[in-house]
Amino acid sequence: MNKIEVKNLTKIFGSHPQQGLKRMMNGESKEEILKKTGMTVGVSRASFSVKPGEIFVIMGLSGSGKSTLIRLVNRLIDSTDGEVYIDGEDITKMDKNKLIETRRKKLAMVFQKFGLLPHRTVINNVAYGLELQGINKKEREERAEKTIADVGLKGYENSYPSQLSGGMQQRVGLARALTNDSDILLMDEAFSALDPIIRKEMQDELIRLQSKLEKTVLFITHDLDEALKLGDRIAIMKDGVIVQIGTPEEILENPANDYVSSFVKDVDRSKVLDASVVMKKAEVLVTYKDGLRVAVRKMEEVGASSIFVVDKEKNFKGLLTIDDAIRAYNEGIPMEEVLVDNVSVTSPDTLLNDLVGIAAEAKYPIAVVDEGKLCGIVSRVSILSGLVLGKEREVEAE
Amino acid sequence: MNYFNFPLEKVTNDFVNGWLLPNFSGFFDEISVILRSFIDSVTNVLIATPAEVIAIIFVLLAWWIAGKGVALFAIIGFLFIGSVDLWTESMQTLAIVIVSTVISVLFGVPVGILSATNSIVDKIVRPILDFMQTLPIFVYLIPSILLFGLGGVPAVIATFVFAAPPAVRMTSLGIKQVPEEVVEASRAYGSTPKQLLLKVQLPLAMPTIMAGVNQTIMLALSMAVVASMIGAPGLGSTVLTGISQVNVGLGLTGGLAIVVLAILLDRITQGITKKV
Repeated sequence: MNKIEVKNLTKIFGSHPQQGLKRMMNGESKEEILKKTGMTVGVSRASFSVKPGEIFVIMGLSGSGKSTLIRLVNRLIDSTDGEVYIDGEDITKMDKNKLIETRRKKLAMVFQKFGLLPHRTVINNVAYGLELQGINKKEREERAEKTIADVGLKGYENSYPSQLSGGMQQRVGLARALTNDSDILLMDEAFSALDPIIRKEMQDELIRLQSKLEKTVLFITHDLDEALKLGDRIAIMKDGVIVQIGTPEEILENPANDYVSSFVKDVDRSKVLDASVVMKKAEVLVTYKDGLRVAVRKMEEVGASSIFVVDKEKNFKGLLTIDDAIRAYNEGIPMEEVLVDNVSVTSPDTLLNDLVGIAAEAKYPIAVVDEGKLCGIVSRVSILSGLVLGKEREVEAE
Repeated sequence: MNYFNFPLEKVTNDFVNGWLLPNFSGFFDEISVILRSFIDSVTNVLIATPAEVIAIIFVLLAWWIAGKGVALFAIIGFLFIGSVDLWTESMQTLAIVIVSTVISVLFGVPVGILSATNSIVDKIVRPILDFMQTLPIFVYLIPSILLFGLGGVPAVIATFVFAAPPAVRMTSLGIKQVPEEVVEASRAYGSTPKQLLLKVQLPLAMPTIMAGVNQTIMLALSMAVVASMIGAPGLGSTVLTGISQVNVGLGLTGGLAIVVLAILLDRITQGITKKV
């Protein structure tokens, strides 16, 4: 079951939202509605779902409705139309008590400007969610101390937020969210107010904590690089509408429209694409059983100077060069003994950025091996073409 | 310009004399009794306690909250009040200020909270506060004598009308000034409206609320002379006697004692504002 499921969610700000909704259903655009009625369409029929343990990023520029959207999910703002299911329960239809209960147990939120209580110490901020639930002081402080240590703020328990740097304050915000033990983290531009270096640090921290705690994260950002780095899947928003949902690769490789492609134009693709995207299927392979004669013939057929060797189950064995093969054949040495031993091997999820370094050193194509099996090969050329492919497509389009 | 010939004067007089007084004098009498006993008990405590004890309490309070300078001022001020033989009058004035302030705060803070959180209440309360602050004092002083008789009670009522608005306004302002993201954060973690108020809004609004209380106290003191015109005992009546007998010295003596109390109360409440 999906952790969060949003269906046709709409928010219209103004005096008569239902009228605006009717106009929207009749196909009037955001601009038309604003012009005729003075009402603003914040979010327009947004639908998406977030799976357990997934980091789902909503990306959009300011005014795209992303901050409204995340506030509709925990109902800090009441929606005009549509449903939001949290663990299968529609939050838009909950009564007050049920809503408060759901916010306490299932939804934790991290804010752009931290939203810390300035009159409380770090530990009392972190324990705030538990305090609201009526958990006794001893237990809530124990739990708060643990998460404070988890986010690396041990020793600052009794400081006030104003005494901490921005990055540290956001760690407090993160600790407060984690202390609640809720499965879902809502992060509203959580790192946008931080310096670039601190931001990167916090992103890594989030990835680390996420892999350890397996939270479901709904992350809002205006920064595409951040979205690509964190997101398992990304939704791109414009004018209140979700224009595309997909994995980072899908967004980069198949932008749904001009808006998305203008976004992804300047992305550092080497930090997003991995080996599996650029690798080629190794079509010419040889097994021990084939023997050296067959190996040499296969290489000659395709004009290659080397060939990968696998077994029957496609388990990767090594690389055979044509010179070695001919020498071994003439001198009667078995194939096993003349395999090149310093072949570069990588896994399918290695980023191109890291692969470039390996490729620069490697004399032969790089073998992409997953759980012992050879799933593809990467040559220097394929890395380069992977990096420039997006640009090429744009040039063609122009 | 007399297009409608609106006999407001006659209507009001008929309303007060023909309906309000006959039908509600019992109700106003009861309020009067309760208020009088409140004022009397505060006055009695202040007068019955030895002057030195009260002076020492104030000096220590001033020292703790506002520092050495204010404490020194308190010593000199109280020595002055004692030396011009106005101690009892000062305590009577202080009692009226205390009672008026307590009532103003008990009314002002809750109304301020309501008007900060509810826009309809805000729209109703605002013009009423404007009315209370700008209507000339004597306009409601006379009716309050009619309703509550002479003495401390109408003085407290009149003082309340004049001094409560800052308590309402500053409470409302203080709560509205709490950063939106802090309020959102509290709601996002599942606070009830009551928890939000007690754990977030009131603590963060406290400095502003205390500034309002400070203003209330100052306005209450400034009403001392007016209050004496309708029979409230205290420093105001000393000043009034001075004026009516063209006794400049007596007028100055009473006036200075009011200034001493004003400065002292102001510095102490401001100190509290800074401490919270």
